Amino acid sequence: MQVIWQGETIPIDFSLQEVVNRRSGQQIQLCYHCHKCGAGCPVASFMDYMPDRLFRMAQLGLRRQVLSSSTIWLCSACHTCATRCPNDIDVTGVMDTLKEMALEEKIKSRQKVAACFHKAFLANLRRFGQLHEASLMAVLKLKTLNLFSDMKLGMRMFVKGKIALFPKRIKGRKELRKLFKEIRRRGKVPEESC
Amino acid sequence: MRLSYYPGCSLHATAKEYGLSTRAVCEALGIELVEIPDWCCCGASSAHSFNRTLSVALPARNIAAAQAEGLDIVLPCAACFGNMRKADATFREDEKLRGEIEEMLSFQYSGKLQILHLLDVICNRVGLETVRQRVVKELTGMRVAPYYGCLLVRPPEVCGFDDTENPTTLDNLIEAVGAQPVKWSYKTECCGASLALIQPEIVEKLVGEITEMALEAGASCIATACPLCSTNLETRQSVGLPIFFFTELMGLAFDLEGCEKWLKMHLVKTEPALETLQGGPSECDTMPDNKK
Repeated sequence: MQVIWQGETIPIDFSLQEVVNRRSGQQIQLCYHCHKCGAGCPVASFMDYMPDRLFRMAQLGLRRQVLSSSTIWLCSACHTCATRCPNDIDVTGVMDTLKEMALEEKIKSRQKVAACFHKAFLANLRRFGQLHEASLMAVLKLKTLNLFSDMKLGMRMFVKGKIALFPKRIKGRKELRKLFKEIRRRGKVPEESC
Repeated sequence: MRLSYYPGCSLHATAKEYGLSTRAVCEALGIELVEIPDWCCCGASSAHSFNRTLSVALPARNIAAAQAEGLDIVLPCAACFGNMRKADATFREDEKLRGEIEEMLSFQYSGKLQILHLLDVICNRVGLETVRQRVVKELTGMRVAPYYGCLLVRPPEVCGFDDTENPTTLDNLIEAVGAQPVKWSYKTECCGASLALIQPEIVEKLVGEITEMALEAGASCIATACPLCSTNLETRQSVGLPIFFFTELMGLAFDLEGCEKWLKMHLVKTEPALETLQGGPSECDTMPDNKK
């Protein structure tokens, strides 16, 4: 079955709501659109859809629209929505599920930097065991080709001794890599590269 | 009091002053911190966006490493605290996932360790009366906006040590060191967290609102208990409002050695707030290097 969505004919996926509910452990159909989530959301004005609207779209099976929305990547995981939801839906948890699904299905988002950042962060973690800001920033800048933003700020932090030149490597790196590998083996986990 | 200590990555880097002041304040209060051996990053704001199993397994690895010592775990970072509490809660609720992760990390979850934020330990375990007794220089005249941010109080079923909409732990601590906590409505607003590196204009807007509200409430500085909040508040504001870690305020009130070193590390000058102290700044507060 197909629907017309914003002038475009698109396929619909009736299993979407069920998959999202199963993976997140939530019941998104309980949402009655009181808009408390969007009203308290600090980043709502930057999102393409309010959280409750995204839930409705998931119920209607608009898979690609949901998984490519900027909403899921702009969620800062502040948990305000989940704390206030009168139907006890863990909205933040559902956002995490949707991000996981978008990564697994390699669906490009309108918010282009977020996925790249999280991947670079985890690659950094996997490599050193503890985060090394300088190399994370370098990788992120190269991947996003945004070379000069925050350069001055980075220098100021370096001068204050807040950015280490060399990473701190933990002893259990081998075991940590094994953990990443094992998790990947057990489920569909995307590679940590953009 | 002996506790396992998980500093988290920021305390060795962008929030060095938090790490140093935490150690000094804990020593002054007789809390012995035993750093978790070979701890790893907890995944911060990225692991949960990527894969649920990973977001539980990373903090679980650190819980496993702490279990040998058998001491309750204290964390100064709000994000690490949230992640570890969440992993602990997941272990109690989701037996299947717990089994899988136990197998992957070859350990047996005991469920005996409590996971606590430093603010909780100081205010509720050590107690404000002990803090008050330790104060030698009351921070009289200093008006502080207590900023909790998100992960100290949300989600409530995970954090569970203060009210989710109007927490007061930090307010009471500020009062205990002789400063004045201002009443304001932005104490649990989000600073934008890792969006600072993803879409900085969002964080500029959020931090702008938070700092403006603090000024409007009559505060001369903000006190935080989260390294990421502090970094965002310092680097994305435009009003020059000093940002302190609550441990630094305690260090000043306890007149601890080394506090001038921490205060010099801030990106926003701290003097404007220190000048509001009645009786003028102490020798601890004069920082010629920072004034250049």
